[in-house]
Amino acid sequence: MVEALKMLSPSDNPTMYIHDHLAYWKIGHGFWSLNLDTILIGALLALVIMWAGRKAAKDLTEVPTGLRNFMEMIVDFVDEQVRNTFHGRSKIVAPLAFTVFVWVFLMNAMDLLPVDLLDLLGNAMGLQLHARIVPSNDLNTTFAMSISVFILSLYYGIKAKGFGGFGKEFLYTPFGKYLMPFNLLMKLVEEIAKPVSLAMRLFGNMYAGELIFFLIALLPFWVQPLLSTPWAIFHILIITIQAFIFMVLTIVYLSMAYESH
Amino acid sequence: MNVNATIIGQMITFIILVWFVMKYVWTPITAAMEARSKKIADGLAASERGQHDLELAAHRAEDIIRQAREKASEVIALAEKRGGQIVEEAKEQARTEADRLIAGAKAEIEQEVYRARESLRQQVAQLAVTGAEQILRREVDLKVHAELLASLQNEI
Repeated sequence: MVEALKMLSPSDNPTMYIHDHLAYWKIGHGFWSLNLDTILIGALLALVIMWAGRKAAKDLTEVPTGLRNFMEMIVDFVDEQVRNTFHGRSKIVAPLAFTVFVWVFLMNAMDLLPVDLLDLLGNAMGLQLHARIVPSNDLNTTFAMSISVFILSLYYGIKAKGFGGFGKEFLYTPFGKYLMPFNLLMKLVEEIAKPVSLAMRLFGNMYAGELIFFLIALLPFWVQPLLSTPWAIFHILIITIQAFIFMVLTIVYLSMAYESH
Repeated sequence: MNVNATIIGQMITFIILVWFVMKYVWTPITAAMEARSKKIADGLAASERGQHDLELAAHRAEDIIRQAREKASEVIALAEKRGGQIVEEAKEQARTEADRLIAGAKAEIEQEVYRARESLRQQVAQLAVTGAEQILRREVDLKVHAELLASLQNEI
């Protein structure tokens, strides 16, 4: 316990402090290892969404109030975004966008919790813990979502245009059939850039945001509120915007898969 | 920056979450919202229909009132006409009645005059006979001269 508190005192060794905080709570080695912090908090937030969503959906009162009203507000907002962008027919796109928005928002919002909270809790339970509380701060999470979306968009592309049409799009666009290999290269880069940029954007934003909180935590305690408060308030905006961007791009990529160029 | 098996775990979480949201959250909530908006639209349509009906009824009522008023004025005109007629008739009747009464009275008067003259004549005749009787008491037999006297009575 004493050792743990010593470890968590930032001013002693700033480099160690930052290093510790950038480490995940990892078990296993190599590729077959799990970041337990990411998995557990991600699953916990997923359960929160399921619980709240189910509770709201079961509320059958005529005039919506409270949680139901709040949920309908989000549903309405997401539905409007989907309607504006996605013109194909799909039952999955709107709930997918909803899930992306809410889940990413909640994961990002973990950033507003104190940076040392999880480590302190773990140490209080006797674990020598270096954990990161923000699941969207892990490339695994952002790539898990963006690759899922990418696979779904490939599926929809093939479903909407058929194998032939889908293949043709790779070979004949954007420069016509005489530049076939070049087209293929361009198209591959374009397609692969989608999930990569989607994942990296969210990860980068949240990583930077968290890092700023770490740096503020290094300062004397009486300076911290002066800086962390405005940053947290600004961060509320970033959290929401990043969740929104991820949702909108998800819808856009899926609608692009549906429409031919 | 290390991608590891966590990505698979997060993918599974994500897929389960999407499936759950689609089946148990999104679908029932949007269905309920749609049903509600339909209900509201129906209610608005019904209210509009009601408004329309009300307008129609007001028009009809106005029509009926107008018709009633026309009819009433017609009836009044007719009644006035009829009244005039009745007065006219009554006047006519009164006039004929008066004429009849006057004629009756005149006839009666004439009769009365005639009767008076008759009785006067008889009395004169009587008187004459009585006078003649007294004059001729001795020389004229009443029975003999009765025929003469009767013819005299007729002549007067």
